Amino acid sequence: MAPLSYYLILSAMLFTIGVWGVLRNRNALIIFMSIELMLNAVNITLMAFSSFLKDFSGQVFVFLVMAIAAAEVAVGLAIIVSIFRVKESINVDDVNLMKW
Amino acid sequence: MEMIVKLIPVFPLFGFLIIGLTNKKMPKQVVNIIACGSVFLSFVAGTIAFFSLLGMPSNSRFITGFWFDWIIAGSFSSSVSFMFDPLAAVMVLVVSGVSFIIHVYSIGYMAHDGGYWRYFSFLNLFVFSMLLLVLADNVLLLFVGWEGVGLCSYLLIGFWFHKKSASDAGKKAFIVNRIGDFGFLLGIMLLFWTLGSTNIKEISHLAPEMLVAGGGLVTAITLLFLVGAVGKSAQIPLYVWLPDAMEGPTPVSALIHAATMVTAGVYMIARLSALYVLAPTSMAIVAIVGGFTALYAATIGLAQNDIKRVLAYSTISQIGYMFLACGVGAFSAGIFHLTTHAFFKALLFMGAGSVIHALSGEQDMRYMGGLKNRLPFTYKAFLIATLSISGIPLLAGFFSKDEILWKAYSSGHGHPLLWILGLITAILTAFYMFRLLYLTFHGKSNVTAEAEKHLHESPPVMLIPLYILAFLSIFGGYIGLPHALGGGAWFENFLMPVIAESAHVIETGSHHAPSLEYILMLASVVAVLLGIVVAYNFYIKNPEKPKQLAQRFAGCYRLIFNKYYIDEVYDYLIVKPLYILSLIFWKIFDVRVIDGFVNRLAKFFGSMSERFRILQTGFVRNYALVFFIGVIILVGYLCYIFR
Amino acid sequence: MMPPINWPVIYPELAICITAFIVLIVDLFLPGRHKWVLSLISIFGVLVALQIVFMNFGLKGDTKAFFGMVVSDATGLYFKTIFCIGTLLAIFVSITYQRREFPEVGEFYTLMLLSTFGMMIMASALDLITIFLGLEMMSIPLYVLAGIYRGRYRSREAALKYFLLGAFASGFLLYGIALIYGAFGTTNITRIVELIADGKPYSPFFVGVGSVLVLIGLAFKAGVVPFHMWIPDVYEGAPAPVTAFMSAGPKAAAIVAILRIFVITTPVIDLTWVFWVLAVVTMTWGNILAINQNNIKRMLAYSSIAHVGYLLVAITVGGEEGVSSAAFYLLVYTIMNIGAFAIVVLFAEREEFYENISDYAGFGSRFPFAAITMTIFMASLGGIPGTAGFVGKFMIFSGAINHGFYWLAVIGVLNSLVSIYYYLRVVVAMYMRQPQTRLVDIAISPSLMIAIIITLLLVIQIGIFPDNWLSLAKQAASLAF
Repeated sequence: MAPLSYYLILSAMLFTIGVWGVLRNRNALIIFMSIELMLNAVNITLMAFSSFLKDFSGQVFVFLVMAIAAAEVAVGLAIIVSIFRVKESINVDDVNLMKW
Repeated sequence: MEMIVKLIPVFPLFGFLIIGLTNKKMPKQVVNIIACGSVFLSFVAGTIAFFSLLGMPSNSRFITGFWFDWIIAGSFSSSVSFMFDPLAAVMVLVVSGVSFIIHVYSIGYMAHDGGYWRYFSFLNLFVFSMLLLVLADNVLLLFVGWEGVGLCSYLLIGFWFHKKSASDAGKKAFIVNRIGDFGFLLGIMLLFWTLGSTNIKEISHLAPEMLVAGGGLVTAITLLFLVGAVGKSAQIPLYVWLPDAMEGPTPVSALIHAATMVTAGVYMIARLSALYVLAPTSMAIVAIVGGFTALYAATIGLAQNDIKRVLAYSTISQIGYMFLACGVGAFSAGIFHLTTHAFFKALLFMGAGSVIHALSGEQDMRYMGGLKNRLPFTYKAFLIATLSISGIPLLAGFFSKDEILWKAYSSGHGHPLLWILGLITAILTAFYMFRLLYLTFHGKSNVTAEAEKHLHESPPVMLIPLYILAFLSIFGGYIGLPHALGGGAWFENFLMPVIAESAHVIETGSHHAPSLEYILMLASVVAVLLGIVVAYNFYIKNPEKPKQLAQRFAGCYRLIFNKYYIDEVYDYLIVKPLYILSLIFWKIFDVRVIDGFVNRLAKFFGSMSERFRILQTGFVRNYALVFFIGVIILVGYLCYIFR
Repeated sequence: MMPPINWPVIYPELAICITAFIVLIVDLFLPGRHKWVLSLISIFGVLVALQIVFMNFGLKGDTKAFFGMVVSDATGLYFKTIFCIGTLLAIFVSITYQRREFPEVGEFYTLMLLSTFGMMIMASALDLITIFLGLEMMSIPLYVLAGIYRGRYRSREAALKYFLLGAFASGFLLYGIALIYGAFGTTNITRIVELIADGKPYSPFFVGVGSVLVLIGLAFKAGVVPFHMWIPDVYEGAPAPVTAFMSAGPKAAAIVAILRIFVITTPVIDLTWVFWVLAVVTMTWGNILAINQNNIKRMLAYSSIAHVGYLLVAITVGGEEGVSSAAFYLLVYTIMNIGAFAIVVLFAEREEFYENISDYAGFGSRFPFAAITMTIFMASLGGIPGTAGFVGKFMIFSGAINHGFYWLAVIGVLNSLVSIYYYLRVVVAMYMRQPQTRLVDIAISPSLMIAIIITLLLVIQIGIFPDNWLSLAKQAASLAF
């Protein structure tokens, strides 16, 4: 079995990729997917700890995170759609009426 | 009973709120009912509380009325709660009773004024503040009432604010009072600092234990309080505002600037008598200030032509008597004179008001005269008040004034010189009061033709209050009939438990031969009669004589006529230099230095704001970037710690 | 032995939650013009919850429930009181606005109640997972609420920005929790405190980084600089009653969660200086940027950032004094801020039209009562003596001085000085500027007047007699330690 640090580094890398995706992309959907990637990276951390600590609560936590993520998807997609209806675009750089 | 005490000041407060908030939407009749009714309710509540006080044993006459804790900060605490003891009872009855009478009188006097609602709301606010002042159980709450009456006084002096002289007079009163209030406030702070309490009852208990009698500390405290009292009660050197205060409506002069508010200083000294008896120096200063003010103001009163100004100087002079009484340790005599003075001085002012009303606003006595038959009812009431204030035996003023003169002579703090001051003042008082009476009501009429047309006796709503007060001016003195005249000195005994008459005072008082009291009494009666005779001689028999005298002693006359040029001296010594100084501060220091600095700073922040707001780009990704930079900095800091 | 399920502890939450679902169901059967009934049900539900909260102050025996995941202590109950008051006022502010602007949207109240439910869970939570769940429960309805005014594009934009950044921040929060979990093997705060006290070895790096990440996630919700960027845009874009709602409760919820997390971080790492810097940056940034704002909602958004800065001063001070002053300030802030927003809603008869400060010109003579009320709220927000805001600021800064944070207090006082400038701009506009256009009459809605009068009375009452409220806040703080 691979040592704990492998899992942690993997998840940290995935998390960073997620952050990078959020900062880099203009497409609201891709940003949103990057956020999901961050959440799932955290899930890997939780699973790894849960497995190494022989403690189940981490796994329960993962389920809760997934449920929350699903709820966010529901709300988030609706919001993105509502923007799309007005702008005919989901480029977040177009969404800057309010500033300063 | 506690509830009733608590409610005493509340009625006028509600009156003020209702009238003040609804203003002109309310018909005048309703305003009358609310304004007079609320004060009457206070009077009734005060009377009920007074009788329940009488039912208690004489040493434990005390009712508290606790509303709520006001400020609690560390060791400092102050609550809104009232104490109803004999002293407060006397004050409540005088204040609410006289106020009620004057409210009723005002209905007639102010009937045609456009500011009717404003007038009554202010008047109710005044009664509330005054009742707060006399009922307060701690010095801080007393100060709230003190400031409240000051505010109302300012508002009512400047009631006809479109007249420049009136608004100037209001400002003058307010500013001069601020000087006194400053001393008062310092006194409160010093008192709290030394005794750790502001509660009057606690102070009275603590003071003899914690303060060295005659020490510097207690002298300083009492002198600071005296500064406040001198300001509010218009004594030397802060009396200058009171004569100008006559710019207000006459009922206001009667209520605030004669009967109640200006006596607040006397009340405060009596309230804190426990402190004053510990400071003989302060007592002496109080007596000297009082005695000199009495004489000084009386001399100015001799030569004034404005009927209200004569009365104003007379008020200053009479309050001087009260200070004299307090200064010699005869606090109850001071309060006694305060009470009778409230009756006859209110009556004098209202009589004067009735005359002014009849003459369509004329206040100069040179344009009056011969009104005796035209205003018979006013004349009779006025005559009674004049006799009373002059000290004609068996009238109210006689007993209280005589009590003060006797105490000034006989008490341990007293001195024959003080008595002589008082006696000369008595002569002068009789003189200028009868001069006023003769010039106004006797002799030949100098009324202008214009005023003659509208000349009329006042309506009953103004006359009935006059006669109530006339009754009190005659018989009010019998509550304090002295032992020497077979009375029981009931008033003094009633106040005795509250007021700390030092044992010293009473001890030395009894050394004098009993016959001495009669001799002094006789002397003062003779003095009064002398004053009256001279006045009669001058203004009825030889009307030319005053003018001749004025010419012969022209310098002296001008000095008195111009009130010793004190206003001018103050203007030259204090107001002008301050004005120039403030001009320098304003033009150079304020505009250039402070404003310049503040404006630069404001511009600096404004430009910063304008520059930085661009960072808020409106792009989500930039926001996320800023967020992430924050994360990196914080996590980086953590890594640095745990490296 | 784990404590058993202990239902009474979460009765307040249940009351809110059940009301939310009742509102949702009733909404189905109501025609559009009768949606106002929903607001009555909501008000009733919140009042019931408030009553239960008060009853729970006297809860006997074990106050923990669900195996120690939630607790009903004085701190939590105090904050739940704030949430209930905030929600109640926000509903009062909303009723007329909702009827006028989006009458068919009945789920408005459900969302508000569900968000409140989330806040209450955050206040009760004794477990990092529960905190996370409560936070999401609070946030997701808020994303929707921000965008609920579909007729306005700004509202949609606000929703998108809030949602994307909120989800982004949740990721960090979650990562932090995962790291703390890894260090201790549990997410229960009580348990972690026990483990630390027992001297069980743990990785301070994981705990340190983990708790900082958790704090960042919460700081985002509170609006701490540099995690504040969403606030101005979202506050401006969201409908005014929603802004009122989310400027009060969610901040308080984030602060109470930070206070809970503190129990873990204190023995591991001293974050005093981090908070010191955050406090200074936050209040300065908020105040400086507020100066030149013309939109009143945006101005109030920056001002709310500045107020979080003052709260951070209290948190930096820490200890009983710091926490109690923070708790007190949150109550005061909730009341005065919702009051100010209520006036904004009152004036914003036609959205966008009356949202600029310059549009307030001439209101002083046109709407004297509303103008004087607004002046009092502005004075309170600026911390002028005689108002509640002054007492709050006084407690915070005197706490800072008592604990030797002189510079922090000096910077804080200077900051509130700057803040007076932009608060007074509103007053100046109302009283000293001539209106550019003809002023339209304002329809006075009774519910809005209720909110305004309640907040006004409370602001003055707390400003003059703060004692009872202060002792409540002290009690809330004393049991937290």
